[in-house]
Amino acid sequence: MRVAFERQKYLIDYTLAALLRRKTRNLGLLLVYALLVFLFASVLLLSQGLRREAAALLQDAPEVIVQRLAAGRHDLLPADWLDSLRRIRGVSDARGRLWGYYYDPAVKANYTVMAAAERPLAEGEILIGAALARVRAIGVGDVFSLRAASGPPALFKVAGILEPSSELLSADLLLLSESGFRALFQFPPERYTDAVLTVSNPREASTVARKIALALPSSRPILRSEMLRTYDAVFDWREGVTFLALAAPLLAFAVLAWDKAAGLSAEEKREIGILKAIGWETGDILRMKLWEGALLSLTAFLLGYLLAWWQVFHGGARLFAPILKGWAVLYPDFRLTPTVDPGQILIVLAVTVVPYIVATLVPGWRAAIADPDAAMRG
Amino acid sequence: MIELQAVNKRFNPGQSNECRALADIDLRLERGGITVFTGPSGSGKTTLLTLIGCLARPTSGRISLDGRLLSNLPERFLTEVRRHTFGFVFQQFNLIRGLTVLENVMLPAYPLGRPYRELTAGARALLARFGLEPKAGSKVEWLSGGEAQRTALARALINDPAVIVADEPTANLDSRLSREVLGLLDDLAAQGRTVLVSSHDPLVFEAARVRRRLELRDGRLVGDHPC
Repeated sequence: MRVAFERQKYLIDYTLAALLRRKTRNLGLLLVYALLVFLFASVLLLSQGLRREAAALLQDAPEVIVQRLAAGRHDLLPADWLDSLRRIRGVSDARGRLWGYYYDPAVKANYTVMAAAERPLAEGEILIGAALARVRAIGVGDVFSLRAASGPPALFKVAGILEPSSELLSADLLLLSESGFRALFQFPPERYTDAVLTVSNPREASTVARKIALALPSSRPILRSEMLRTYDAVFDWREGVTFLALAAPLLAFAVLAWDKAAGLSAEEKREIGILKAIGWETGDILRMKLWEGALLSLTAFLLGYLLAWWQVFHGGARLFAPILKGWAVLYPDFRLTPTVDPGQILIVLAVTVVPYIVATLVPGWRAAIADPDAAMRG
Repeated sequence: MIELQAVNKRFNPGQSNECRALADIDLRLERGGITVFTGPSGSGKTTLLTLIGCLARPTSGRISLDGRLLSNLPERFLTEVRRHTFGFVFQQFNLIRGLTVLENVMLPAYPLGRPYRELTAGARALLARFGLEPKAGSKVEWLSGGEAQRTALARALINDPAVIVADEPTANLDSRLSREVLGLLDDLAAQGRTVLVSSHDPLVFEAARVRRRLELRDGRLVGDHPC
């Protein structure tokens, strides 16, 4: 045991010295590999962080949303549906929601406009999302002008800015009073955009949804779990698009790194011949190469992963945010909660470190199985 | 005792550039003393030493060490024999550049996993014996030819082998340094080690303990001269 331990110590010692002897080449390799890991890990960390953030925010979302469909399209929901919904067993409350979109040509952005029933807002007051406040450079007390559906501009006093912690979903949000909303859009009375339900037992949400579909055939119940799945699908898609866009440079870097790692210089082959001639066996050479690959690729992995982690969770994820957060004028500005996912680390390790170690082992093995007499010939 | 029976070595067999390096070598080498293999360039001296030192395998024939057949041993066992029985001194020194003199001397013992203190002490003792202790921390590329060859000799001895195989050990040295290295080989023979040297340097034949001179030409053993 002690002998095996000492042997590994000598091998690591020799490997470190060998890496330092070719420091320009190895430093280049280290940087290219760290960059590869950084790009790969950045996309994974950011998309997973966004997924987690969306899931956390949707925890507070209603269990079931009910929409009305007309010819397969979303239609306004009559107020008497709310009573029908409340009568369904398992539903403890049903509330109508008013929301819609407003296109602002000044900043070429779409806002989400919503009536905030739970907030005491006067008809001329408005709450705005943080991204929107930034883009329009307005704050609390300022007057915000929106063009009403009837034509003339409607003026609202900014009563507050929505909390930055919810910016992923509220970046472009405008909250009005119900009367303000109806006046702005000339929204018909006794009509709602959709309805949100409170379910007594959340585990029965899908059963309740089935009952709603039976009781109100033109309704479309949407479960919270379905919304989560949709977010997941969106982030999966965006992640896929990002990887596709990155595929060419990633491949180019990988080929370059593979080529450098897999190629043994004449000097290295000569060294392997000498080591074998003076008593090292093929297994010793392979172990030395294994250490070499592991030391270099793990260092690159640590460097790249830590840099990606810092970039995503503390640096605002500037590199991939435009793709992964969404294509919009109003980008949400928020900090993702720093997390470490062992499964994800294993994935990054598997696609970066393992191929590198194989790339260094194979040529080392080829050189090591040759007779060492070439060393004798100089 | 090392014994070779009907040993042949061909390079690139079956190809247009096939080359017969050794032909039908029968030889018995007793323990101790210095045996010199001589002959012109391309006569097969180095090839013969590589076969004896288990650095390569013969194409045909048998090589045995103290009655143990080596020529059909698997690679792992062959390395074991090479590590414990033979110490090599190469014509081009073959030291690992970038490492210090001390590290180069310790290298053959790394796979044995000897305790660091013990190994360092052994390597330093060898360096002291060859007058290289002040150079222990120097990189080998800064050494003179004589110092490099003495370092190679110290490296060959770190695992305390019974046989020293030296291929043209004086080829890159001037007469003074050659005599110095030959003196060291003489000392090793005096300690009871078997020293096998390939050379066409007349200075080598003058070494005190040269017991035998074997002459090779075109891959064949053409002369066996006791000294």
